[in-house]
Order: sequence, then structure tokens, then C-alpha cells
Amino acid sequence: MTKKEIFITSAFTENSVWKQILGICSALAVTNLLMNSLVMGLGVIFTLALSGFTISVIRDFIPKRVRMMVQTLIIASYVIIVDLFLKAYYPEISKSLGPYVGLIITNCIIMGRAEAFAGKNSPLDSMIDGIGAGIGYTIVLLVIAFIRELFGFGTLFGFRVLGDWWTKWSIMVMAPSAFFMLAILIWFINSKTDQKKG
Amino acid sequence: MELSPFIIFVAAIFTSNILLTNFLGMCSFLSVSKEVESSLGLGFAVVFVMTLTSAINYVVYHYILVPLDIIYLQYIIFIIVIAAFVQLTEMVVERFSPLLYYSLGIFLPLITVNCAILGVSLFMIIRQYTFLQSVAFGAGAGLGWLLAILALAGIRQKIKDKYIPQGLVGAGISLITTGIMALAFVGFSGVVVIQ
Repeated sequence: MTKKEIFITSAFTENSVWKQILGICSALAVTNLLMNSLVMGLGVIFTLALSGFTISVIRDFIPKRVRMMVQTLIIASYVIIVDLFLKAYYPEISKSLGPYVGLIITNCIIMGRAEAFAGKNSPLDSMIDGIGAGIGYTIVLLVIAFIRELFGFGTLFGFRVLGDWWTKWSIMVMAPSAFFMLAILIWFINSKTDQKKG
Repeated sequence: MELSPFIIFVAAIFTSNILLTNFLGMCSFLSVSKEVESSLGLGFAVVFVMTLTSAINYVVYHYILVPLDIIYLQYIIFIIVIAAFVQLTEMVVERFSPLLYYSLGIFLPLITVNCAILGVSLFMIIRQYTFLQSVAFGAGAGLGWLLAILALAGIRQKIKDKYIPQGLVGAGISLITTGIMALAFVGFSGVVVIQ
């Protein structure tokens, strides 16, 4: 596979969220605001790219039995960097994301990519794969957040888009709408891709 | 304001259900909920691990990390505690109840990467719970998770042979079901409130 193919595959055709239903905890939790989703997406891209790279570099030295543990520790180290960076420069966002930054560690996408790709491929390819998967994840987050923030608060990235006449749909801010939005997104994409096949 | 552990326990099950309001532990929730029996097994394992790791992590955080001023290492330390504890549970269960061990199978090690477990530990730190509050929160969150996965498994067994639009089969319909469950749980929200 060329580098471009790796990227396209992990970002779109095999997108972790809508194809494999991985990492959706945070996809649901932070998507009531676009800003939070963007920051979360960037954090995941950073962690995915570097942990993929690191795991691929040292993959021959990790004993099979403790592989998961080592991978988790590598991922956790990068997440700590993201967390400290946010705390130092964007304390507001760090606060509103709460524990979800820390929970990037247990985001199944990262472990999934480490197991499925970084364990077998070269460091550079793993990094591209990680960035691809991260971008695919971020796109899903931004799409859901766009709809939820627009209808829930009438704003986009905190700027007022819909005027005072807009009645906020508080359901959009609450938990159930996140489940519905993701389900509708998966439905939409599945029926589109099925059409192409047929 | 000091909340009694009992209130936190009840609230963690119903009003702030870790799955339906905090979206934690979704992966295993969606993948293991095909049958009531296996979800029950996994649910109990989660309750057990969650209760005890929240207790252990509380002690580790307040008596090791805070005095040594290395709070930023909390993620690494917590995940190590959880992984070690899951491993320990696995060995104990295998030794004393092989039957349960085989019925749980792959689900036990999977608990390590269940974000709900780590999430409970992180929430208890952020919300500054005391020891008893943390344990009550861990147990309640575990039971809430068990309740949610049991309900979903029951519904999924019922709708298995029913007509579902093509694109929604599998994850899609489970998410919609979960959404409706979450909507139902919103009805509890006036009862007790924790953050």
C-alpha cells in the first residue's frame, strides 16, 4: 500500500467510528460543543500518530505477553502530554472536557490501531495510519457537534449564528441526542455505501 | 456540600448513570450485549472491579501521589492498578471458580480497557469525594452499568428477528435503543442530583 492509500483507508473506508464502532464514548460525550470536539480530535490525532510511531519502533523488543500493558503505558505517556498542555495553555477547555482527556488512554481506536497496524508495519506508515484514523474520528466528532451545537445552543464555535428568535432545543444538549445523532450518521453512511456497492 | 454515600450510590445508578449520561464503557456495552446471560456475567465483573479499583485508586492517589507531588502521573498509575487488579481477579476466579471463569472467558481481560472503570477513578478525583463516597460511587456506577447492559441485552434479544432498516442493523439500532433508554433515564433526573 502506498502512503496515500494507508491514509485514505484508515480515515474513510475503514473509519474507526462508523465502520468499526470504536472509540465512541468520547465521540458521544464531548460533541455538544464544536470547540471541545475539535480539541478532543486534535488530542486523539496527536496520541494516535505518536503512539503508533513509538509502538512500531519498539515492536520487536516487546514480549508478546506484556504487549497490551506496554502499549497502554506508551499511550498513557502521550495522553499526559496532551493533558498537561491543555491545563497549561487552555485551562478553560481542559476543565470542560473533564476526565475525557484522560480517557483517551482507554479509547479503543488507539489500542485498535496499535494492535492492527503499528504492531506489523514500519514506523512512518504507522504514523500516517494513526493520523488518518485520528482525522476520520475528528470528522465524525465535528459533524455531530455541528448539529448539536447549532440546534442546542444556536451557536457555532461559541458565535451566535441563529438569532434571538431561535428556541433552543435543549434535547440536543442532553445525552440522548448524542446516541440518536450517531445512529443517524451511521445509518446515513451505511445506506450510501451500500448503494455504491449495488 | 457533603453528600451521603448512599445518595451518591443511588444517583450513580439512576440519575447519573455512567453509561447513559457519561457515555463510558460503550465498546463492551455494544459488543457484549447480544445475550442476557453473558451481559450479566460481564456486568457483575464490572461491578466488582469498579468498586474495588475505586477504593484502591483513592488510597493510592491520596496517600502516595499527593504527598509525593506526582499527581500528573495519575493516568499511568490508575491504569496500572486497574490492569493489575483485573489480572488478579482473573487468577482468583480461575483458581476458586473455574466454572465462572470459563463462562466469562474473554470478557474479564477486556475490562481493563473499559473506559468506565478508569472514568470512575477520574470522576472521583475531580469531584473530590471522600473514601466512602468514592466506594459508593464505584459500586453505584458499576450497578448502573450492569442495569443498562442488561436492559439493552433484553431488548436486543426481543428485536432479533424483527424488521430493521438495512443500514441500521447492528450498531445503529443498538444506539437508537440506547438513546431511548437514556431518554427514559432523564425522567429520574429530578430525584437526586450529583453534579
